[in-house]
Amino acid sequence: MANNSGRSMSIVAEQERLIARDACRERDRLLTLILPALTLVAILLLLPLGWLTWQSFVGDSGLTLEHYVRVFEDSTYSKSFLLTFEISAMVTGLAILLGYPLSYMLCQLPPRWAAFGLALVIVPFWTSLLVRTYAWMVLLQRRGLINKTLIDLGVIDQPLAFVHNITGTTIGMLHIMLPFMVLPLYATMRAIDPELMRAAANLGGNPRYAFWRVFFPLSRPGLLAGTTLVFVICLGFYVTPELLGGGRVVMVSMLVQRNVELYFQWGAASSVAVILLIIVFAAFAFLNRFLAVERVFGAR
Amino acid sequence: MAQEALNETLVSRQQRLWLWVVGTLVLLFLILPVLIVIPMSFSDSRFLTFPPPSLSLRWYEAYLGSPEWMDATRVSLTAAICTTLLATPLGVAAAYGLRVAEAKFLRTIQLILLMPLMVPIIIIAIGVFFVFAKMNLVGTMLGLVLAHTLMATPFVVVTTLAGLRGFDMNQENVARSLGSPRFAAFIKVTLPQIKPSVISGALFAFITSLDEVVIALFISGGENSTLTKRMFNALRDEIDPTIAAISSLLIIVSLSIVLAASLLAGRKTR
Repeated sequence: MANNSGRSMSIVAEQERLIARDACRERDRLLTLILPALTLVAILLLLPLGWLTWQSFVGDSGLTLEHYVRVFEDSTYSKSFLLTFEISAMVTGLAILLGYPLSYMLCQLPPRWAAFGLALVIVPFWTSLLVRTYAWMVLLQRRGLINKTLIDLGVIDQPLAFVHNITGTTIGMLHIMLPFMVLPLYATMRAIDPELMRAAANLGGNPRYAFWRVFFPLSRPGLLAGTTLVFVICLGFYVTPELLGGGRVVMVSMLVQRNVELYFQWGAASSVAVILLIIVFAAFAFLNRFLAVERVFGAR
Repeated sequence: MAQEALNETLVSRQQRLWLWVVGTLVLLFLILPVLIVIPMSFSDSRFLTFPPPSLSLRWYEAYLGSPEWMDATRVSLTAAICTTLLATPLGVAAAYGLRVAEAKFLRTIQLILLMPLMVPIIIIAIGVFFVFAKMNLVGTMLGLVLAHTLMATPFVVVTTLAGLRGFDMNQENVARSLGSPRFAAFIKVTLPQIKPSVISGALFAFITSLDEVVIALFISGGENSTLTKRMFNALRDEIDPTIAAISSLLIIVSLSIVLAASLLAGRKTR
């Protein structure tokens, strides 16, 4: 009897071992499905990032910090970093100022109108950034529609210079970045239960109080996601500032591009790239404390 | 008391009016610059004024009659189609693996797969340029497609994951318990039900490749220059009205793709 139960115990153990082994094999097979995509990212993204980091420490005579010292001491570099921060902060601030009321309005609309309004945000979002930059070049040029309208209205006598400067760059970037603010904000606001606002009103809170104490705090994750996305993408923005800035607005991305394409200075380019990368990852790590980063991109 | 309540609604109504004005203006700011390019492309004038002084198709003729623009268009379309064909299976497989496999490090893997969306595009571009220079892939179609697949796959992963989240895996498990191998069960049971998500992912992969500029600036060249690279270089010199015609066509492509994707999304929820 004792012997018998001992044997059945060992059979159970054996079966459990087999099941565990199968589960393991099954998992490995499933993981190989991820492998092709992962390999692509590893070869075309992780590998060069590692190489860039390495390059940023290598000079003519072995290991060196000269590339980083240059970024902080050469005024071309420090000015460019400062300008990039200024423009990114300005665009992000304006995107909040314009994006928050728009998302709030879309939330209040009946579903059919909200879908229409959202379409007006999504269509520019999926329109080529080059096309949108081109549109702004045409609109903002000396004889463009904006200057013409302002002159016809008698606001100005002489056409204003909107292109080849920071103004044009900021307007163009704002237009391109705004959907990145509105889409996460709208998604977060839509999920807020409208009954909460009604409850706040019933309990005697005036609309302003209810908004700031109930609605706004609940919309904060979306605001945070939008703000991070807009700021981070602005930091590395290349096409729009290059075209609307006309070569006069030198953002960090252009330092990287020029060092690689014109001067073949990988060391100089890589230190700038590494600093940019650290800032970007720090921003996402900060965001991750409040909201899982993958959710910002729609994945869970 | 009643007076107070009335005042409250008055205040909020006034505020609401402001909200509508601001919101509508912001919507116009978003959409008008995109749409205004289309009437401008039919202008007869070298200077892109609005409204156009007289209508003509001369910029479309200039575009269609130019071998350079036609070559660039062919390159861009080929790259976009190949990227879609490559990124879609890659992204779907990865999403399925992420959803079904149970492992602790899956979140890390997912974040790595989403990295092309996080790293500044200029850094990705010089990185890819470096790797391709070593592998002699600069200026080749294969290189262009691989780089664009890197950028497009995350979109397929994200949309497919969304589709799989709304799908009851038990259905596939039933098929498997009845003796169907996992792959067959996936193709016959799961895939038809997540098809709308997969197709939107594919559409976004297509448009990602078609519209991509920065990487193409670095790695495409010679006879394999993309449409966007040629447009960018042309815009650096002057505002060529031919680009208005090309832009209008690109806007139509984006519009159709967004429309198709939203129709698919509508069908999915039904």
